[in-house]
Amino acid sequence: MNPEQLRFTDTHEWVHLETTPEGQTLATVGLTDFAIEQLNDLVYIQLPEVGQQVRRGEAFGEVESVKAVSDLYSPLDGEVEEVNTSLTQDLDPLSQDPFGAGWLIKVRPSNPAQVEELMDYQAYRKMCQEG
Amino acid sequence: MSSLLHTPLHPWHVSQGAQMVPFAGWHMPLRYTSIVEEHQAVRTAVGMFDISHMGRLRLDGPGVDRALDRLVTRRVVDMRLGQVRYSLVCDEDGHLLDDILIYRLMDAGGHEYFLVVANAANRQKVYQHFQQHLDEDISLMDLTQQWAMIAVQGPRALEAVEPMVEFPVKELRYYRAVETAVLGRGALVSRTGYTGEDGVEILVGAGAASEVWQALWQKVTALGGKAAGLGARDTLRLEAGMPLFGHELTANTHPFQAGLRFAVNLDRPFLGSDALKEAAVDSLARLVGLELRTRRVARQGYSILHQGQVVGQVTSGTFSPTLQKSIAMGYVQPALAQVGTELEVDLRGRPEPATVVPLPFYHRRKKGSSP
Repeated sequence: MNPEQLRFTDTHEWVHLETTPEGQTLATVGLTDFAIEQLNDLVYIQLPEVGQQVRRGEAFGEVESVKAVSDLYSPLDGEVEEVNTSLTQDLDPLSQDPFGAGWLIKVRPSNPAQVEELMDYQAYRKMCQEG
Repeated sequence: MSSLLHTPLHPWHVSQGAQMVPFAGWHMPLRYTSIVEEHQAVRTAVGMFDISHMGRLRLDGPGVDRALDRLVTRRVVDMRLGQVRYSLVCDEDGHLLDDILIYRLMDAGGHEYFLVVANAANRQKVYQHFQQHLDEDISLMDLTQQWAMIAVQGPRALEAVEPMVEFPVKELRYYRAVETAVLGRGALVSRTGYTGEDGVEILVGAGAASEVWQALWQKVTALGGKAAGLGARDTLRLEAGMPLFGHELTANTHPFQAGLRFAVNLDRPFLGSDALKEAAVDSLARLVGLELRTRRVARQGYSILHQGQVVGQVTSGTFSPTLQKSIAMGYVQPALAQVGTELEVDLRGRPEPATVVPLPFYHRRKKGSSP
């Protein structure tokens, strides 16, 4: 996924909205390269179950590194449709391809318009630079 | 942040793009690249650390050996010249102030003195404590900022430093120190460390630090080693089962609880010896090693459980890069401290099984020993 076309939370999650062939909206959620570089040395990830409800700004899982543990926050309200369960066995895709193979969950959003309130790529990069 | 102290090697750390963090009043590198990679470099080759933040106090004067002997838990008067000893400092109530290394040394003028290396966070506390309890004819100097301190650790550490040090370092015994020269600059080199590996710690004047560090870095990288930050220093000492003040050791820790009986000689009086003797040690919680089955990390302050009841607290934990397991140290009631005891750690609301295992978690293979 091209990060320039994603939206971002201030807690370093990214989200990508797509319309499925069935005409449904699906949001893919991941963690940014910046967050992963900051965490570094990842050891563990906990992700939700399919069918679980997530709420904007609330934790849906956690990621842990040698040095720290961080909650993962949902950018949108909705229901978990798919989970990248392979990450619980192997975290390498998350550190090597955070905007692609390292995606975390796919959510069926109950209010897709919430994505408009998130930062675009430029605003997110600016936030990261300003630390 | 502007009030943080900088070591003489601070510009180098920043130029390398290290992740810098505040630590005990200093601005220090947490990691240059990855904690795990730096950790593994130390276990398999060699790593070099800027530990100039460690407090360094010099004590001089007539009868300084007897004076210092009264202020620390371990006997000093029988130390030989060039010997280094691990010890503890406590107040008269037996409250721990710090754990330290004591060096007995002689300067170029044939003048005997002691060097005390203290934790960065406790430097001022130890200085003030010594000042308060030493007679006026003993001089006490804080040399921390006049000197840099570099640790070189790992199976290839001696190979890395050998060409730069005047004294043949391979002849330097464990826990011995020598006044020598590094790249022709006056230095103190000791066979000590905080990683569980062989190696040395080098003290050089702040003005020579950068030159020595650069030369060492060339050599270390040529041997497949790395510069390592505080992150790796912590995971290495944890695997080696070494206590860290502020984690395993606090003001209220009795040294016997922490497995530090060897560092306390109660057969002579010292400040705090009565209090340490009177403590009902048998009923106090014991420091244990824990191994978890999850990859999650048991961090400082997490509760240790037995049959759903809180029986202790984690003091340090990490995911061990060498063992590829989640390991922790913590205190539990004496009845639950036996190796093999099955406990749980409350990992942010989810109890996970943890087994009491022997400390240290990691033993380096000594030369000549079989695998």
